[in-house]
Amino acid sequence: MAKKNRMSNEINAGSMADIAFLLLIFFLVTTTIAEDKGVLVKLPPWSDEPPPEMKLNTRNVYSVLVNAQNQLLVRGVPMNIEELKNNTKIFISNPNKQEDMSESPTKAIISIKNDRGTKYKTYLEVYNELKAAYNELWEEAAMAKHGKNLDELTNDQQKEIRNGIPLVISEAEPTKFGEEK
Amino acid sequence: MSKFKKKQGNTTPGISTASLPDIVFMLLFFFMVVTKMRDTELMVKVNTPQASELTKLEQKTLVNFVFIGRPTDKYKMTRGTKPQIQLGDKFSTTDDIPIFLAKHKTSVGESQREKIITSLKIDNDVTMGIVGDVKTALRKAGQLKLNYSAKKRERTK
Repeated sequence: MAKKNRMSNEINAGSMADIAFLLLIFFLVTTTIAEDKGVLVKLPPWSDEPPPEMKLNTRNVYSVLVNAQNQLLVRGVPMNIEELKNNTKIFISNPNKQEDMSESPTKAIISIKNDRGTKYKTYLEVYNELKAAYNELWEEAAMAKHGKNLDELTNDQQKEIRNGIPLVISEAEPTKFGEEK
Repeated sequence: MSKFKKKQGNTTPGISTASLPDIVFMLLFFFMVVTKMRDTELMVKVNTPQASELTKLEQKTLVNFVFIGRPTDKYKMTRGTKPQIQLGDKFSTTDDIPIFLAKHKTSVGESQREKIITSLKIDNDVTMGIVGDVKTALRKAGQLKLNYSAKKRERTK
């Protein structure tokens, strides 16, 4: 009799699997592996004073206008969004040393202006293309200088390359055109 | 010696299920860690656009979310169909943004505060008017790091 008692002292762990399965299924169902990704942007700090007048050489400014019909006007010329990235790259790096393009990548400034009626989708696409132009230039610079991909370099090397072609995207106040009623 | 001698029956023993709880627990812990329960109900329809130059949001505690979109069917009757801003779990205006940011700031340690990122989850279909207003409000509130939430796509050629 005593022997039998000692045998039944252990807790029956057979149902452990069932309990664990139950919890597992609960978490499986509720899980949404959150993929939080997006285009990182840094805004300029707010100041109540009007920005100081800056004399910029027009050859260094790449102005991109997006109107309420979601059409692009780049430096006064209509453009398709598919061409934007490559044209931006050419403007920044100016491989043929053209008179009307940036003196050097450090001096290039991208300026975006949109209407209030511009679709957010178009705006983000434009911003994305401009960022892509810089990313590609950085990658090319990394390849040319170190013979490696950008993400294989050390942080300092990456910083050096990024500072060599600084990303300057300035955004103007949107015009009040095409506001949704 | 005979103590250790196993009784050999005719039937082949089944696979031991003793390690099953361990395996299941392992999976369980994995999902428990990965799970992020949605604490707020989305009251606006948000279908983010696609982009290629994406940055991952690393630390979830340093991120606050601003949703902009048209009210879902449930709220259409009371809120109309114009794009609305959702902060936390309620419809808001741009005037509520400073308080919302300040509230989130208190939950973040002093030294981490400049790393706070605002994730803007904005619907494809929204026009830039409301987005610009939100951006201005964020700038005025000193929140300059933004992340336009987007889905992954390949870079254009």
